[in-house]
Amino acid sequence: MELVTPSIGLVFWTTITFVCLLILLKKFAWKPILGAIYERERFIDEALNKAELAKVEMARLTAQNEVLMKTAREERDLMLKEAKTLKDNIINEAKNQAQIEGAKLIEKAKIEIDNQKKSALIHLKSEVSSLSLEIAERVLRAQLENKEKQQELVNSLLKDVELN
Amino acid sequence: MYCNNVFKFNFKCAILLFSVFLVFSANSYAKNQAIDSVKVSTDTVVSEAPHAATTSHHEEAHEKEFDPTEVILEHISDSHVWHLWGHTSISLPVILYTPKGIDVFSSGNFHHGEHDYNSGLYTYRLVHEKIKVVGANAQIDEVLSAKVLDFSITKNVAAMFVAVLVILAIFISVASAYKKRAGKSPKGLQSFVEPIIVFVRDDIARPNIGYKYAKFMPYLLTVFFFIWINNMLGLIPIFPGGANVTGNIALTFVLAMGTLLVVNLNGNKYYWKHLFLPDVPFWLWPLMVVVELIGVISKPFALMVRLFANITAGHIIVLSLISLIFIFKTLAIAPVSIAFVLFMDMLELLVAFLQAFIFTLLTALFIGMAVEEHH
Repeated sequence: MELVTPSIGLVFWTTITFVCLLILLKKFAWKPILGAIYERERFIDEALNKAELAKVEMARLTAQNEVLMKTAREERDLMLKEAKTLKDNIINEAKNQAQIEGAKLIEKAKIEIDNQKKSALIHLKSEVSSLSLEIAERVLRAQLENKEKQQELVNSLLKDVELN
Repeated sequence: MYCNNVFKFNFKCAILLFSVFLVFSANSYAKNQAIDSVKVSTDTVVSEAPHAATTSHHEEAHEKEFDPTEVILEHISDSHVWHLWGHTSISLPVILYTPKGIDVFSSGNFHHGEHDYNSGLYTYRLVHEKIKVVGANAQIDEVLSAKVLDFSITKNVAAMFVAVLVILAIFISVASAYKKRAGKSPKGLQSFVEPIIVFVRDDIARPNIGYKYAKFMPYLLTVFFFIWINNMLGLIPIFPGGANVTGNIALTFVLAMGTLLVVNLNGNKYYWKHLFLPDVPFWLWPLMVVVELIGVISKPFALMVRLFANITAGHIIVLSLISLIFIFKTLAIAPVSIAFVLFMDMLELLVAFLQAFIFTLLTALFIGMAVEEHH
Protein backbone atom coordinates (compact mmCIF):
# COMPACT_ATOMS: atom_id res chain seq x y z
CA MET A 1 0.00 0.00 0.00
CA GLU A 2 2.89 2.29 0.73
CA LEU A 3 4.06 1.77 -2.82
CA VAL A 4 0.93 3.30 -4.30
CA THR A 5 0.61 6.20 -1.86
CA PRO A 6 2.21 9.31 -3.29
CA SER A 7 4.36 11.01 -0.66
CA ILE A 8 3.82 14.74 -0.32
CA GLY A 9 7.52 15.56 -0.43
CA LEU A 10 8.14 13.86 -3.73
CA VAL A 11 4.96 15.34 -5.22
CA PHE A 12 6.12 18.77 -4.12
CA TRP A 13 9.66 18.44 -5.45
CA THR A 14 8.55 16.78 -8.68
CA THR A 15 6.05 19.56 -9.35
CA ILE A 16 8.65 22.25 -8.76
CA THR A 17 11.33 20.44 -10.74
CA PHE A 18 9.06 19.59 -13.62
CA VAL A 19 7.64 23.10 -13.90
CA CYS A 20 11.14 24.59 -13.74
CA LEU A 21 12.36 22.12 -16.34
CA LEU A 22 9.41 22.92 -18.57
CA ILE A 23 10.01 26.66 -18.33
CA LEU A 24 13.79 26.41 -18.79
CA LEU A 25 13.56 23.99 -21.69
CA LYS A 26 10.79 25.98 -23.33
CA LYS A 27 12.84 29.13 -23.21
CA PHE A 28 16.34 27.83 -23.82
CA ALA A 29 15.86 24.62 -25.77
CA TRP A 30 12.54 24.00 -27.48
CA LYS A 31 12.09 27.48 -28.85
CA PRO A 32 15.48 27.72 -30.59
CA ILE A 33 15.52 24.04 -31.60
CA LEU A 34 12.00 23.90 -33.03
CA GLY A 35 12.50 27.32 -34.58
CA ALA A 36 15.72 26.21 -36.24
CA ILE A 37 14.19 22.95 -37.45
CA TYR A 38 11.19 24.79 -38.83
CA GLU A 39 13.39 27.39 -40.44
CA ARG A 40 15.57 24.75 -42.04
CA GLU A 41 12.59 22.78 -43.30
CA ARG A 42 11.15 25.93 -44.78
CA PHE A 43 14.50 26.68 -46.39
CA ILE A 44 14.75 23.18 -47.85
CA ASP A 45 11.17 23.34 -49.14
CA GLU A 46 11.85 26.70 -50.64
CA ALA A 47 15.06 25.49 -52.26
CA LEU A 48 13.23 22.49 -53.69
CA ASN A 49 10.44 24.69 -54.98
CA LYS A 50 12.97 27.04 -56.47
CA ALA A 51 14.77 24.15 -58.14
CA GLU A 52 11.46 22.95 -59.54
CA LEU A 53 10.64 26.42 -60.78
CA ALA A 54 14.10 26.74 -62.27
CA LYS A 55 13.57 23.46 -64.08
CA VAL A 56 10.26 24.66 -65.48
CA GLU A 57 11.82 27.98 -66.38
CA MET A 58 14.70 26.18 -68.07
CA ALA A 59 12.30 24.04 -70.08
CA ARG A 60 10.34 27.13 -71.00
CA LEU A 61 13.51 28.92 -72.06
CA THR A 62 14.63 25.97 -74.13
CA ALA A 63 11.26 25.81 -75.82
CA GLN A 64 11.38 29.52 -76.38
CA ASN A 65 14.85 29.25 -77.85
CA GLU A 66 13.65 26.54 -80.17
CA VAL A 67 10.76 28.70 -81.29
CA LEU A 68 13.07 31.66 -81.71
CA MET A 69 15.48 29.58 -83.74
CA LYS A 70 12.67 28.30 -85.86
CA THR A 71 11.27 31.72 -86.55
CA ALA A 72 14.76 33.05 -87.19
CA ARG A 73 15.38 30.29 -89.66
CA GLU A 74 12.06 30.94 -91.32
CA GLU A 75 12.81 34.62 -91.45
CA ARG A 76 16.19 33.94 -92.97
CA ASP A 77 14.63 31.71 -95.57
CA LEU A 78 12.04 34.33 -96.29
CA MET A 79 14.69 37.01 -96.54
CA LEU A 80 16.78 34.91 -98.87
CA LYS A 81 13.73 34.24 -100.98
CA GLU A 82 12.85 37.89 -101.06
CA ALA A 83 16.37 38.84 -101.94
CA LYS A 84 16.32 36.36 -104.77
CA THR A 85 13.05 37.64 -106.15
CA LEU A 86 14.32 41.17 -105.71
CA LYS A 87 17.46 40.30 -107.55
CA ASP A 88 15.48 38.63 -110.30
CA ASN A 89 13.20 41.60 -110.50
CA ILE A 90 16.09 44.00 -110.66
CA ILE A 91 17.77 41.96 -113.33
CA ASN A 92 14.56 41.67 -115.31
CA GLU A 93 13.85 45.34 -114.93
CA ALA A 94 17.35 46.20 -115.90
CA LYS A 95 17.00 43.97 -118.91
CA ASN A 96 13.74 45.53 -119.89
CA GLN A 97 15.11 48.94 -119.26
CA ALA A 98 18.10 48.19 -121.32
CA GLN A 99 15.97 46.82 -124.09
CA ILE A 100 13.72 49.83 -123.98
CA GLU A 101 16.72 52.10 -123.83
CA GLY A 102 18.33 50.22 -126.65
CA ALA A 103 15.17 50.36 -128.67
CA LYS A 104 14.90 54.03 -127.98
CA LEU A 105 18.49 54.57 -129.04
CA ILE A 106 17.97 52.59 -132.13
CA GLU A 107 14.88 54.57 -132.87
CA LYS A 108 16.75 57.77 -132.29
CA ALA A 109 19.59 56.59 -134.41
CA LYS A 110 17.15 55.65 -137.11
CA ILE A 111 15.52 59.03 -136.95
CA GLU A 112 18.93 60.65 -136.95
CA ILE A 113 19.99 58.58 -139.86
CA ASP A 114 16.78 59.42 -141.63
CA ASN A 115 17.25 63.07 -140.89
CA GLN A 116 20.85 62.89 -142.01
CA LYS A 117 19.79 61.05 -145.06
CA LYS A 118 17.09 63.55 -145.77
CA SER A 119 19.38 66.51 -145.24
CA ALA A 120 22.04 64.77 -147.23
CA LEU A 121 19.50 64.17 -149.98
CA ILE A 122 18.36 67.77 -149.81
CA HIS A 123 21.93 68.86 -149.91
CA LEU A 124 22.60 66.48 -152.70
CA LYS A 125 19.55 67.73 -154.56
CA SER A 126 20.61 71.31 -154.23
CA GLU A 127 24.15 70.28 -155.13
CA VAL A 128 22.78 68.40 -158.09
CA SER A 129 20.57 71.29 -159.16
CA SER A 130 23.35 73.84 -158.81
CA LEU A 131 25.69 71.46 -160.62
CA SER A 132 23.18 70.86 -163.30
CA LEU A 133 22.55 74.59 -163.52
CA GLU A 134 26.24 75.17 -163.82
CA ILE A 135 26.51 72.46 -166.36
CA ALA A 136 23.55 73.82 -168.15
CA GLU A 137 25.04 77.25 -167.93
CA ARG A 138 28.32 75.94 -169.25
CA VAL A 139 26.57 74.01 -171.94
CA LEU A 140 24.53 76.99 -172.83
CA ARG A 141 27.48 79.18 -172.72
CA ALA A 142 29.32 76.76 -175.04
CA GLN A 143 26.37 76.45 -177.37
CA LEU A 144 25.63 80.05 -177.39
CA GLU A 145 29.06 81.27 -178.11
CA ASN A 146 28.31 82.64 -181.48
CA LYS A 147 25.47 84.26 -183.26
CA GLU A 148 24.43 81.50 -185.54
CA LYS A 149 24.14 79.04 -182.72
CA GLN A 150 22.00 81.44 -180.83
CA GLN A 151 19.97 81.90 -183.91
CA GLU A 152 19.69 78.25 -184.40
CA LEU A 153 18.49 77.78 -180.84
CA VAL A 154 15.95 80.45 -181.17
CA ASN A 155 14.84 78.88 -184.28
CA SER A 156 14.55 75.44 -182.79
CA LEU A 157 12.73 76.91 -179.85
CA LEU A 158 10.49 78.74 -182.07
CA LYS A 159 9.98 75.62 -184.00
CA ASP A 160 8.86 73.87 -180.92
CA VAL A 161 6.57 76.54 -179.98
CA GLU A 162 3.90 76.14 -182.46
CA LEU A 163 1.37 78.65 -182.61
CA ASN A 164 -1.70 77.21 -181.34
CA MET B 1 22.87 4.49 -38.19
CA TYR B 2 23.57 6.83 -35.32
CA CYS B 3 20.93 5.09 -33.26
CA ASN B 4 22.65 1.85 -33.97
CA ASN B 5 25.89 3.16 -32.49
CA VAL B 6 24.16 4.40 -29.40
CA PHE B 7 22.44 1.09 -29.02
CA LYS B 8 25.75 -0.76 -29.23
CA PHE B 9 27.24 1.64 -26.77
CA ASN B 10 24.40 1.10 -24.35
CA PHE B 11 24.71 -2.61 -24.77
CA LYS B 12 28.38 -2.57 -23.82
CA CYS B 13 27.60 -0.15 -21.05
CA ALA B 14 24.88 -2.39 -19.71
CA ILE B 15 27.22 -5.38 -19.63
CA LEU B 16 29.90 -3.38 -17.87
CA LEU B 17 27.55 -1.77 -15.41
CA PHE B 18 25.87 -4.99 -14.50
CA SER B 19 29.12 -6.76 -13.83
CA VAL B 20 30.14 -3.84 -11.60
CA PHE B 21 26.76 -3.87 -9.92
CA LEU B 22 26.97 -7.57 -9.31
CA VAL B 23 30.39 -7.30 -7.69
CA PHE B 24 29.25 -4.46 -5.46
CA SER B 25 25.99 -5.97 -4.43
CA ALA B 26 27.59 -9.31 -3.69
CA ASN B 27 30.18 -7.51 -1.61
CA SER B 28 27.75 -5.36 0.31
CA TYR B 29 25.43 -8.28 0.86
CA ALA B 30 28.22 -10.28 2.44
CA LYS B 31 29.07 -7.38 4.74
CA ASN B 32 25.47 -6.66 5.59
CA GLN B 33 24.95 -10.31 6.34
CA ALA B 34 27.81 -10.28 8.77
CA ILE B 35 26.70 -7.07 10.45
CA ASP B 36 23.08 -8.10 10.57
CA SER B 37 23.94 -11.36 12.19
CA VAL B 38 25.99 -9.61 14.83
CA LYS B 39 23.29 -7.04 15.43
CA VAL B 40 20.49 -9.55 15.59
CA SER B 41 22.43 -11.74 17.94
CA THR B 42 23.21 -8.89 20.32
CA ASP B 43 19.61 -7.72 20.17
CA THR B 44 18.31 -11.10 20.99
CA VAL B 45 20.88 -11.54 23.67
CA VAL B 46 19.89 -8.27 25.30
CA SER B 47 16.15 -8.72 25.08
CA GLU B 48 15.80 -12.41 25.64
CA ALA B 49 18.86 -13.21 27.64
CA PRO B 50 17.08 -14.37 30.78
CA HIS B 51 15.30 -17.26 29.14
CA ALA B 52 17.04 -18.19 25.92
CA ALA B 53 19.82 -20.44 24.88
CA THR B 54 22.37 -18.25 23.10
CA THR B 55 23.65 -21.02 20.91
CA SER B 56 20.35 -21.57 19.15
CA HIS B 57 20.03 -17.84 18.58
CA HIS B 58 23.46 -17.68 17.11
CA GLU B 59 22.49 -20.41 14.76
CA GLU B 60 19.28 -18.67 13.87
CA ALA B 61 21.19 -15.47 13.23
CA HIS B 62 23.63 -17.21 10.97
CA GLU B 63 20.84 -18.84 9.08
CA LYS B 64 18.90 -15.58 8.76
CA GLU B 65 17.09 -16.01 5.50
CA PHE B 66 17.85 -13.66 2.63
CA ASP B 67 14.55 -11.93 2.05
CA PRO B 68 14.33 -10.79 -1.58
CA THR B 69 10.99 -9.04 -0.99
CA GLU B 70 12.55 -6.77 1.58
CA VAL B 71 15.56 -5.98 -0.59
CA ILE B 72 13.48 -5.32 -3.65
CA LEU B 73 10.91 -3.21 -1.87
CA GLU B 74 13.69 -1.27 -0.25
CA HIS B 75 15.15 -0.55 -3.67
CA ILE B 76 11.97 0.46 -5.44
CA SER B 77 10.71 2.66 -2.61
CA ASP B 78 12.20 5.99 -1.66
CA SER B 79 15.05 6.47 0.81
CA HIS B 80 16.68 9.21 2.88
CA VAL B 81 20.18 8.00 2.06
CA TRP B 82 21.67 7.24 -1.30
CA HIS B 83 23.47 3.97 -1.00
CA LEU B 84 26.59 3.87 -3.19
CA TRP B 85 28.41 0.65 -2.32
CA GLY B 86 29.27 -1.43 0.72
CA HIS B 87 28.85 0.88 3.66
CA THR B 88 29.36 4.03 1.67
CA SER B 89 26.27 6.11 1.22
CA ILE B 90 25.35 9.75 0.77
CA SER B 91 23.29 11.24 3.59
CA LEU B 92 20.61 13.37 2.00
CA PRO B 93 19.12 16.43 3.67
CA VAL B 94 15.90 16.04 5.63
CA ILE B 95 13.46 18.93 5.41
CA LEU B 96 10.44 18.73 7.67
CA TYR B 97 7.47 21.01 7.91
CA THR B 98 6.43 20.75 11.54
CA PRO B 99 3.86 22.64 13.60
CA LYS B 100 6.79 24.43 15.26
CA GLY B 101 8.43 25.46 12.01
CA ILE B 102 10.69 24.10 9.31
CA ASP B 103 13.34 21.66 10.45
CA VAL B 104 16.40 20.92 8.29
CA PHE B 105 19.15 18.43 9.15
CA SER B 106 21.18 15.66 7.58
CA SER B 107 19.76 12.18 7.44
CA GLY B 108 23.21 10.98 8.53
CA ASN B 109 22.11 11.83 12.06
CA PHE B 110 19.87 8.78 12.06
CA HIS B 111 22.83 6.43 11.42
CA HIS B 112 20.67 4.25 9.15
CA GLY B 113 17.79 4.31 11.59
CA GLU B 114 19.88 3.09 14.50
CA HIS B 115 19.72 6.38 16.41
CA ASP B 116 17.03 8.86 17.23
CA TYR B 117 17.82 12.48 16.48
CA ASN B 118 16.83 15.53 18.44
CA SER B 119 16.89 18.61 16.25
CA GLY B 120 15.82 20.97 19.03
CA LEU B 121 12.19 21.02 17.94
CA TYR B 122 11.35 17.33 18.19
CA THR B 123 13.06 14.02 18.52
CA TYR B 124 12.79 12.01 15.31
CA ARG B 125 13.19 8.36 14.55
CA LEU B 126 13.59 6.72 11.14
CA VAL B 127 11.19 3.79 10.85
CA HIS B 128 11.25 1.99 7.49
CA GLU B 129 12.45 5.15 5.79
CA LYS B 130 9.59 7.13 7.34
CA ILE B 131 10.41 9.90 9.77
CA LYS B 132 8.37 9.64 12.97
CA VAL B 133 8.25 11.90 15.97
CA VAL B 134 9.28 10.29 19.23
CA GLY B 135 7.26 11.30 22.28
CA ALA B 136 8.48 11.85 25.78
CA ASN B 137 8.19 8.16 26.74
CA ALA B 138 10.49 7.05 23.87
CA GLN B 139 7.44 5.79 22.01
CA ILE B 140 6.41 7.00 18.56
CA ASP B 141 3.82 9.77 18.72
CA GLU B 142 1.58 8.89 15.74
CA VAL B 143 -0.67 11.94 16.11
CA LEU B 144 2.24 14.34 15.97
CA SER B 145 3.97 12.31 13.24
CA ALA B 146 0.96 12.78 11.00
CA LYS B 147 1.30 16.56 11.39
CA VAL B 148 4.95 16.54 10.35
CA LEU B 149 5.18 16.81 6.55
CA ASP B 150 8.29 15.36 4.97
CA PHE B 151 9.73 17.56 2.19
CA SER B 152 13.15 15.91 2.30
CA ILE B 153 15.48 15.68 -0.63
CA THR B 154 15.14 11.93 -0.86
CA LYS B 155 16.98 9.59 -3.18
CA ASN B 156 14.29 9.94 -5.84
CA VAL B 157 14.34 13.74 -5.62
CA ALA B 158 18.12 13.77 -5.90
CA ALA B 159 18.04 11.33 -8.82
CA MET B 160 15.42 13.48 -10.48
CA PHE B 161 17.66 16.54 -10.04
CA VAL B 162 20.47 14.62 -11.70
CA ALA B 163 18.17 13.69 -14.58
CA VAL B 164 17.06 17.30 -14.92
CA LEU B 165 20.67 18.45 -15.03
CA VAL B 166 21.41 15.84 -17.70
CA ILE B 167 18.39 16.95 -19.72
CA LEU B 168 19.27 20.62 -19.40
CA ALA B 169 22.89 19.95 -20.34
CA ILE B 170 21.86 17.96 -23.42
CA PHE B 171 19.23 20.29 -24.75
CA ILE B 172 20.85 23.60 -23.97
CA SER B 173 24.03 22.44 -25.69
CA VAL B 174 21.96 21.19 -28.62
CA ALA B 175 20.10 24.50 -28.75
CA SER B 176 23.39 26.39 -28.83
CA ALA B 177 24.55 24.08 -31.62
CA TYR B 178 21.46 25.15 -33.56
CA LYS B 179 22.34 28.78 -33.02
CA LYS B 180 25.96 28.25 -34.02
CA ARG B 181 25.18 26.18 -37.09
CA ALA B 182 22.08 28.07 -38.15
CA GLY B 183 20.69 26.73 -41.40
CA LYS B 184 23.27 23.97 -41.63
CA SER B 185 22.83 20.23 -41.29
CA PRO B 186 22.86 18.82 -37.72
CA LYS B 187 26.06 17.41 -36.27
CA GLY B 188 27.02 15.25 -33.28
CA LEU B 189 24.53 15.17 -30.43
CA GLN B 190 22.33 17.48 -32.44
CA SER B 191 21.86 14.86 -35.14
CA PHE B 192 20.95 12.26 -32.50
CA VAL B 193 18.39 14.46 -30.78
CA GLU B 194 16.85 16.06 -33.84
CA PRO B 195 15.19 12.92 -35.27
CA ILE B 196 13.61 12.28 -31.86
CA ILE B 197 12.30 15.81 -31.62
CA VAL B 198 11.00 15.59 -35.17
CA PHE B 199 9.50 12.20 -34.31
CA VAL B 200 7.63 13.71 -31.35
CA ARG B 201 6.45 16.53 -33.54
CA ASP B 202 5.51 14.61 -36.70
CA ASP B 203 4.41 11.27 -35.28
CA ILE B 204 2.97 12.22 -31.89
CA ALA B 205 1.85 15.85 -31.84
CA ARG B 206 0.78 16.59 -35.40
CA PRO B 207 -1.41 13.55 -36.18
CA ASN B 208 -3.18 13.66 -32.81
CA ILE B 209 -3.60 17.36 -32.17
CA GLY B 210 -3.82 18.76 -35.67
CA TYR B 211 -2.78 22.20 -36.78
CA LYS B 212 -2.78 23.62 -33.22
CA TYR B 213 0.07 21.31 -32.26
CA ALA B 214 2.77 23.98 -31.95
CA LYS B 215 1.37 25.35 -28.69
CA PHE B 216 1.71 21.96 -26.97
CA MET B 217 5.14 21.01 -28.30
CA PRO B 218 7.13 22.27 -25.28
CA TYR B 219 4.98 20.28 -22.87
CA LEU B 220 5.04 17.11 -24.97
CA LEU B 221 8.77 17.28 -25.59
CA THR B 222 9.53 17.97 -21.94
CA VAL B 223 7.33 15.10 -20.76
CA PHE B 224 8.83 12.77 -23.32
CA PHE B 225 12.46 13.47 -22.53
CA PHE B 226 11.84 13.76 -18.78
CA ILE B 227 10.29 10.29 -18.67
CA TRP B 228 12.73 8.75 -21.10
CA ILE B 229 15.92 10.03 -19.47
CA ASN B 230 14.63 9.21 -15.99
CA ASN B 231 13.72 5.70 -17.18
CA MET B 232 17.17 5.19 -18.65
CA LEU B 233 18.99 6.59 -15.64
CA GLY B 234 16.91 4.20 -13.52
CA LEU B 235 18.36 1.32 -15.51
CA ILE B 236 21.94 2.25 -14.65
CA PRO B 237 22.62 0.35 -11.43
CA ILE B 238 25.35 2.62 -10.04
CA PHE B 239 25.34 6.21 -8.81
CA PRO B 240 23.83 8.54 -9.99
CA GLY B 241 21.40 6.14 -11.65
CA GLY B 242 19.50 3.28 -10.19
CA ALA B 243 16.80 5.22 -8.42
CA ASN B 244 13.28 4.15 -9.21
CA VAL B 245 12.20 7.68 -10.13
CA THR B 246 9.61 7.06 -12.84
CA GLY B 247 8.48 3.97 -10.96
CA ASN B 248 7.31 6.11 -8.09
CA ILE B 249 3.62 6.87 -7.93
CA ALA B 250 4.24 10.44 -6.71
CA LEU B 251 6.16 11.36 -9.84
CA THR B 252 3.75 9.71 -12.23
CA PHE B 253 0.95 11.38 -10.29
CA VAL B 254 2.47 14.80 -10.94
CA LEU B 255 2.97 14.05 -14.63
CA ALA B 256 -0.59 12.77 -14.95
CA MET B 257 -1.84 15.88 -13.15
CA GLY B 258 0.11 17.95 -15.65
CA THR B 259 -1.66 16.18 -18.50
CA LEU B 260 -5.02 16.56 -16.78
CA LEU B 261 -4.46 20.30 -16.40
CA VAL B 262 -3.13 20.83 -19.91
CA VAL B 263 -6.04 18.89 -21.43
CA ASN B 264 -8.79 20.56 -19.41
CA LEU B 265 -7.39 24.08 -19.49
CA ASN B 266 -7.24 23.88 -23.28
CA GLY B 267 -10.59 22.17 -23.79
CA ASN B 268 -12.76 24.15 -26.18
CA LYS B 269 -16.54 24.61 -26.08
CA TYR B 270 -17.13 21.35 -28.00
CA TYR B 271 -15.15 19.49 -25.37
CA TRP B 272 -17.18 20.95 -22.51
CA LYS B 273 -20.44 20.50 -24.38
CA HIS B 274 -19.56 16.86 -24.95
CA LEU B 275 -18.88 16.55 -21.22
CA PHE B 276 -21.97 18.22 -19.80
CA LEU B 277 -24.50 18.22 -22.63
CA PRO B 278 -23.94 14.95 -24.45
CA ASP B 279 -26.29 14.00 -27.29
CA VAL B 280 -28.34 11.46 -25.33
CA PRO B 281 -32.01 11.13 -24.33
CA PHE B 282 -32.72 13.28 -21.25
CA TRP B 283 -33.24 10.32 -18.91
CA LEU B 284 -29.75 9.09 -19.74
CA TRP B 285 -28.19 12.48 -19.08
CA PRO B 286 -27.31 12.06 -15.36
CA LEU B 287 -25.66 8.75 -16.09
CA MET B 288 -23.73 10.07 -19.08
CA VAL B 289 -22.38 13.06 -17.22
CA VAL B 290 -21.10 10.82 -14.46
CA VAL B 291 -19.53 8.49 -17.00
CA GLU B 292 -17.91 11.40 -18.85
CA LEU B 293 -16.55 12.87 -15.61
CA ILE B 294 -15.12 9.51 -14.65
CA GLY B 295 -13.54 9.47 -18.11
CA VAL B 296 -11.87 12.82 -17.46
CA ILE B 297 -10.23 11.45 -14.32
CA SER B 298 -9.59 7.91 -15.51
CA LYS B 299 -7.53 8.96 -18.54
CA PRO B 300 -4.71 10.59 -16.54
CA PHE B 301 -5.18 7.97 -13.84
CA ALA B 302 -4.40 5.28 -16.39
CA LEU B 303 -1.34 7.25 -17.48
CA MET B 304 -0.17 7.45 -13.89
CA VAL B 305 -0.62 3.76 -13.16
CA ARG B 306 0.77 2.59 -16.51
CA LEU B 307 4.09 4.38 -16.16
CA PHE B 308 4.44 3.52 -12.47
CA ALA B 309 3.60 -0.15 -12.94
CA ASN B 310 5.77 -0.67 -16.02
CA ILE B 311 8.91 0.85 -14.59
CA THR B 312 8.45 -0.67 -11.14
CA ALA B 313 7.82 -4.07 -12.68
CA GLY B 314 11.02 -3.76 -14.69
CA HIS B 315 13.03 -2.94 -11.60
CA ILE B 316 11.41 -5.77 -9.66
CA ILE B 317 12.18 -8.32 -12.36
CA VAL B 318 15.81 -7.28 -12.70
CA LEU B 319 16.28 -7.33 -8.93
CA SER B 320 14.51 -10.68 -8.59
CA LEU B 321 16.84 -12.20 -11.15
CA ILE B 322 19.86 -10.81 -9.30
CA SER B 323 18.38 -12.08 -6.01
CA LEU B 324 18.39 -15.60 -7.42
CA ILE B 325 22.12 -15.72 -6.78
CA PHE B 326 21.56 -14.99 -3.08
CA ILE B 327 18.54 -17.22 -2.77
CA PHE B 328 20.46 -20.19 -4.15
CA LYS B 329 23.61 -19.07 -2.32
CA THR B 330 25.80 -20.13 -5.19
CA LEU B 331 27.79 -18.36 -7.86
CA ALA B 332 26.88 -21.12 -10.28
CA ILE B 333 23.52 -19.51 -10.85
CA ALA B 334 25.18 -16.15 -11.62
CA PRO B 335 25.64 -16.70 -15.38
CA VAL B 336 21.98 -17.61 -15.73
CA SER B 337 20.99 -14.58 -13.69
CA ILE B 338 23.22 -12.29 -15.71
CA ALA B 339 21.95 -13.68 -18.99
CA PHE B 340 18.36 -13.09 -17.92
CA VAL B 341 19.15 -9.67 -16.50
CA LEU B 342 20.86 -8.74 -19.75
CA PHE B 343 17.83 -9.81 -21.68
CA MET B 344 15.54 -7.95 -19.30
CA ASP B 345 17.73 -4.89 -19.51
CA MET B 346 17.48 -4.85 -23.27
CA LEU B 347 13.75 -5.14 -22.87
CA GLU B 348 13.73 -2.38 -20.27
CA LEU B 349 15.68 -0.16 -22.64
CA LEU B 350 12.85 -0.63 -25.08
CA VAL B 351 10.26 -0.15 -22.35
CA ALA B 352 12.00 3.04 -21.22
CA PHE B 353 11.46 4.51 -24.66
CA LEU B 354 8.06 2.91 -25.13
CA GLN B 355 6.62 4.26 -21.89
CA ALA B 356 7.87 7.76 -22.63
CA PHE B 357 6.36 7.41 -26.10
CA ILE B 358 3.02 6.07 -24.85
CA PHE B 359 2.69 8.72 -22.18
CA THR B 360 3.40 11.46 -24.69
CA LEU B 361 1.23 9.89 -27.37
CA LEU B 362 -1.77 9.54 -25.06
CA THR B 363 -1.27 13.06 -23.74
CA ALA B 364 -1.26 14.31 -27.32
CA LEU B 365 -4.36 12.22 -28.05
CA PHE B 366 -6.24 13.65 -25.06
CA ILE B 367 -5.20 17.18 -25.99
CA GLY B 368 -6.33 16.47 -29.54
CA MET B 369 -9.73 15.33 -28.28
CA ALA B 370 -10.03 18.47 -26.15
CA VAL B 371 -9.11 20.96 -28.86
CA GLU B 372 -10.82 19.21 -31.78
CA GLU B 373 -13.23 21.36 -33.78
CA HIS B 374 -16.60 19.79 -34.59
CA HIS B 375 -18.55 20.89 -37.61
